[in-house]
Amino acid sequence: MTSTTLPRARSRSRFAGSGSVLGLVPFTAYILLFLALPTVIAVGTGFFDGDGALTFDNITALGDPVLLATFGNSLWLSALTAVVGALVGALFCYALIGAKPTGVLRSVVDAASGVLAQFGGVMLAFAFVATIGIQGMITVLLRDRLGVDIFANGVWLYDVPGLILPYIYFQVPLMIITFSPALESLKPQWAEATAMLGGGIGSYWRHIGLPVLLPSFLGSLLLLFANAFSSFATAAALTSQGSQIVPLQIRSALTSETVLGHENLAGSLALGMIVVMVVVMTLYALLMRRTARWVR
Amino acid sequence: MSARDTPGTRAVSRRDVSGVHPGPSTATRWIIVTAIGLIFLVPIASMIEFTLRGGLGGGYTLDRWAAVFGGGLTGEYKPIVTGLTNSLLLAVVTVAVMLVLLVPTMVLVRIRFPKLQRVLEFVCLLPITIPAIVLVVGLAPVYSVVARMFGSSVWTLAFAYGVIVLPYAYRSIQANLQAVDVVTLGEAARSLGAGWPTILFRIVVPNIRRGLLAAAFIAVAVVLGEYTIAALLNRVNLQTALVVVSKADPYIAVIIALLALLFAFVLLVAIGRIGGGPGSRRRRTAPPAAPAAPTTPLAPATGAAEPSTQEAALR
Repeated sequence: MTSTTLPRARSRSRFAGSGSVLGLVPFTAYILLFLALPTVIAVGTGFFDGDGALTFDNITALGDPVLLATFGNSLWLSALTAVVGALVGALFCYALIGAKPTGVLRSVVDAASGVLAQFGGVMLAFAFVATIGIQGMITVLLRDRLGVDIFANGVWLYDVPGLILPYIYFQVPLMIITFSPALESLKPQWAEATAMLGGGIGSYWRHIGLPVLLPSFLGSLLLLFANAFSSFATAAALTSQGSQIVPLQIRSALTSETVLGHENLAGSLALGMIVVMVVVMTLYALLMRRTARWVR
Repeated sequence: MSARDTPGTRAVSRRDVSGVHPGPSTATRWIIVTAIGLIFLVPIASMIEFTLRGGLGGGYTLDRWAAVFGGGLTGEYKPIVTGLTNSLLLAVVTVAVMLVLLVPTMVLVRIRFPKLQRVLEFVCLLPITIPAIVLVVGLAPVYSVVARMFGSSVWTLAFAYGVIVLPYAYRSIQANLQAVDVVTLGEAARSLGAGWPTILFRIVVPNIRRGLLAAAFIAVAVVLGEYTIAALLNRVNLQTALVVVSKADPYIAVIIALLALLFAFVLLVAIGRIGGGPGSRRRRTAPPAAPAAPTTPLAPATGAAEPSTQEAALR
């Protein structure tokens, strides 16, 4: 194929010399070594035991009730925080419609969203311990002023429910980042056309705004889900024991010193995560193809 | 961010649609923005309040902040200094890796192998799909080889960080690259006798300076916030050091976290200024960008032209 296309390209452009193919080598080598190879190893180790013999034990181990529960936790935590994050984020994006794009509000919101979405890590764990930890500001305020003890039924901050608020805290900014461009693609002519046909704001949103935005919204929702599903740092810094979500389970499989050959279980857990991510991202790509009709 | 995409449309939308403005009224806008903004400030306020607490005696004190700024990061706080130094070193090396490997490849593909553009985009956006925790599983064996070749010093982590930074760097640079007619400029230079290095350094790089800067800033922000890979490969960076120190002295850890947060915020405001500055207007005079194909998996709808300075969020 290259042999037929290259001469043609050469006649059109002045960039002669097929030596430029060599220019692609460093990047390709880098990607193979640090992206492709690790991914293949990660997934591949799941199919071997500690001695290097081929086995499906690690894959079937995914059916273990404990691991299934872990995947279940990860799935509902990601789904819940994605939905809440998407709704709150979309509301915020709605508030930004018509704000001056170069104005102070947009600058601050853009930068703050970027930082807070990044914040989804160690610092977020600190922030929520300081807020709703046992001696956290809000915990103490509620207890001393209103007599409400948020930990009356036990301290849930260090279990899966404790992850909900911190996760929402990084999901909303991510939603603002990914969804606001979609709102800006709403063309003013559509509003004019609606007005000309006698429609009001209500019918504009019902018949034009919402249907056009729906694929983008669902796309961002999927992205948020994937984001929560792969998040590790917050949970790792917040919960020091137990492995209630998949990334923590991978950590304990990787660092386990008691059971040999457990690192191969990490491989099959990684495979499980990749399967979920591939499903989510395929849905995302399909949705984006639909959306593409409306932008531009 | 899309100020850059459609500067004209926005102005129109405000002038002409006043009758059926699809957006909120000013009052509604400020109510929503203020309410959500205040809620999001609570955890940050809590962190500040926490660092000011006076201990057993109650009350508030500035002692800890004074200690941090008075050079108090010695002894048991040493890990933070080490971690910060390591993270800054990593940021520099990661940016270097990105500039040396990614930029020439993107330019080369753009000029010589336009057909590979979609492949390159797919590869560069792939790391979004592969969670860092999954990557770590496979990176452990790779790094045992790397350690044999380069030693196990912390800068080697930059190879892994280069990969996780890839989607953000690619998007920032691509947005800028599309607005410049590199092919014509390159051919002109070529016909005047310029070689590859001249084209790259004297023609292309000056033209995509903004994209490169934005990519570099984003890379720095991502590296400073990275925890997963460093923690599981047992290296010390800012985040892992914060976790260690927080067990001995949570106050100092929270103060440093707040400072890092402030630093990242300032960094992103700077990116916003660069992205939305006068340079973005150049786009109008540029020829129509290559038919942006948002059908590529992982590329959000407006992706191709979106500067995406904050895409770092996708981690």
